[in-house]
Amino acid sequence: MGAPDVQAPPLKAYPVIPILQADAMAGSRPYVAAEKLNEAIGFPGKLVDGWQAKAVAKLGELRDRYRSLRVFLDACVHCGACTDKCHFFLGTGDPKNMPVARQELVRKVYRRYFTFAGKHFPKLVGAEDLTESVLEDWYRYFNQCSECRRCSVYCPYGIDTAEITMAAKEVMDSIGMGQKYTNEIIGKVHKIGNNLGLPGPALLDTLQTLEEEVKEETGQDVRFPLDEPGAEVLVVTPSADFFAEPHVFSLIGYAKVFHAAGIRWTLSSHASEAGNFGLFIGNYDQTRRIAMRVREAALELGVKRVVVGECGHAWRVAYSFWNTLIGPFDFLDARHPVPQHVCELTYDLIRRGAITLERERNDRRVVTFHDSCNVARASGMGGIPRGQFILPRAIVRAACTRFHDMAPETIHENTFCCGGGGGLLTDELVELRVKGALPRMEALKAVVDEHGVNFMATICAICKAQFAKVLPYYKFDMGMVGGVHQLVGDAIVLGRND
Amino acid sequence: MSALTLVYAGLFYAATAVFVVGLAAKIAGYARTPAPLRIPTTPAPRTRAGVVGRMAREVLLFESLFRANKWIWLFGWLFHVALALVLVRHLRYFTEPVWPVVAIAQPFGIYAGFALLAGLAGLWARRLLVERIRYISTWSDHLMLALLILIAVSGLMMKYVAHTDIVAVKAFVLGLMRFDLQPLPADGPLLVHLFLVAGLMAIFPASKLLHAPGVFFSPTRNQADDSRERRTVAPWAAGLEKK
Ligand code: SF4
Ligand code: SF4
Repeated sequence: MGAPDVQAPPLKAYPVIPILQADAMAGSRPYVAAEKLNEAIGFPGKLVDGWQAKAVAKLGELRDRYRSLRVFLDACVHCGACTDKCHFFLGTGDPKNMPVARQELVRKVYRRYFTFAGKHFPKLVGAEDLTESVLEDWYRYFNQCSECRRCSVYCPYGIDTAEITMAAKEVMDSIGMGQKYTNEIIGKVHKIGNNLGLPGPALLDTLQTLEEEVKEETGQDVRFPLDEPGAEVLVVTPSADFFAEPHVFSLIGYAKVFHAAGIRWTLSSHASEAGNFGLFIGNYDQTRRIAMRVREAALELGVKRVVVGECGHAWRVAYSFWNTLIGPFDFLDARHPVPQHVCELTYDLIRRGAITLERERNDRRVVTFHDSCNVARASGMGGIPRGQFILPRAIVRAACTRFHDMAPETIHENTFCCGGGGGLLTDELVELRVKGALPRMEALKAVVDEHGVNFMATICAICKAQFAKVLPYYKFDMGMVGGVHQLVGDAIVLGRND
Repeated sequence: MSALTLVYAGLFYAATAVFVVGLAAKIAGYARTPAPLRIPTTPAPRTRAGVVGRMAREVLLFESLFRANKWIWLFGWLFHVALALVLVRHLRYFTEPVWPVVAIAQPFGIYAGFALLAGLAGLWARRLLVERIRYISTWSDHLMLALLILIAVSGLMMKYVAHTDIVAVKAFVLGLMRFDLQPLPADGPLLVHLFLVAGLMAIFPASKLLHAPGVFFSPTRNQADDSRERRTVAPWAAGLEKK
């Protein structure tokens, strides 16, 4: 593995549903977490004795904990409506990447151990023992689901394969079959405070460098404060924003927005990560503990507002789960949404005329917008219906002159995943990631050809990293992808409020 | 009382018991299980009233399925609407005097019988012909379609091929409901029809037919987009907070 010689599938002019290619992706398998990694976050180090019984018991426990799982395991009628909705199926043709087939991997085990029909007539209803080969299939194919929820949009019962995937991952973690990339990151966030393992002093250094760079570029004292008590706003952002490109351009964008609007803000070294990989492994307690750092940091710094940077799954956790996991937020200013997305903040400032954007500064760009799954299908914005689609686009349009949406069946709630979400953003899965990006690349190609689009804005760190990696496979420039606040940062007028 | 009547009476009491108890247990299970986190598939309505609307569109019009696949929607919706009409038509066997709505629905019920068959045939054709759907089909999926088709065919036969004494059938049904058994006519299609219906009722709580109650409990469809306003800590999760 390592850096396999991956061929991107050809881009077709219009989407074609592939014919089935059994086991096409059976070789795709992320590294299993080493003992130390698993144990560091409270999971058994390696496959436990009696794993089969323990896994079945865990599945039963989860069924009693989550109504979603319980209903979804029963309700599927095999209608097939979801079969052509997953980007991983469309990109690979592997039938086990059809959402319903992916669910069946768990459902057949559930039937065997928990239902009358499966106990007595396993062949008839497609029930199967949890054998080693079934577990192996779980490990492979639940690590080929980015938990993007596209399938749940189309299922007549709203069955969300992501919920099944999370349950399967939680079962696997509980018997020592954790995935390396995800569990390593969870370990880092607990130990160091962010997914990239960037310690406090290094962070301070990075931020100071950024201050100097922006000063040089603009002549303004745009600040990047860290751990400043008494700031009004705590910004929690994906740690990639601190040094990876194009992410850092968005961080510069946030800083300029705060500067121009005259709002005192700060980052926190304790909560120097918005991402929350606890979500990806479906683990409530991990998700809660990772989120808790944000509450602690907000209290300690005495801020009035918490703003979340450009990160899709982080926004899902913040918007949909924080209130339940780490609320109530009665110590924050209730006049602002809690938590608030940085797009909500910027949109509001633009509307009130508190900041000014000069769209012409982005004239070299022809922009499109990629809706990130977790923002599109698992959150909202602005407190208005479909706000998660409206606000980012409104900001992009305010920041540049030329904007073109991709085809309607590939945006908004129909958006295609970048192919890297859900804990798959690791090198050994590059083949999967390239192929999974196919539907998005086809939609992008159409606007590139028709309108000369040369910039795809998005508000997710995983999307940015994934696209930067896979765009070249499709003969696009990796610099085409960037953040919405990168555009804002380039267009914003500084120095008016001084 | 003939042995046949007794057997069928017993069959229906047993099937009804399995249906009611089994379904109640399943529904209780869904209702009791907490939904610890807000997971509506967004964009989702922001109010309860909005959720009722979304659910109504889902249940009455199959909104999501329509967006997903027009063929499956066409056949599936045709089948379900026809089934609903046929069931309404059948209420005449259970009501005395027959309710006015049921009386009005009678002629439609007959056409619905054919529409129902057409829908089922379409669904089965897709299951057999579309590679992706064939791949995910189990034996039970095919048998379920066969069962429904046989029920429909045996039912239509009583109308068009071998007339059954429906007055006697109604007496039998009302007798069952009043625990005052009346003789059941010994007609082939009728016996097949009733036997299969009893079978369908009995397997309902142990089969994919659970999609019917399930859809109402689906968190991605029945939750409002109100997570920033409401906390939803599940009892088991509250335990974690104390740690
Ligand atoms: S959640 Fe997304 S990646 Fe997973 S099965 Fe559904 S469509 Fe595919
Ligand atoms: S759309 Fe829903 S019910 Fe139909 S096969 Fe897929 S998961 Fe099952």
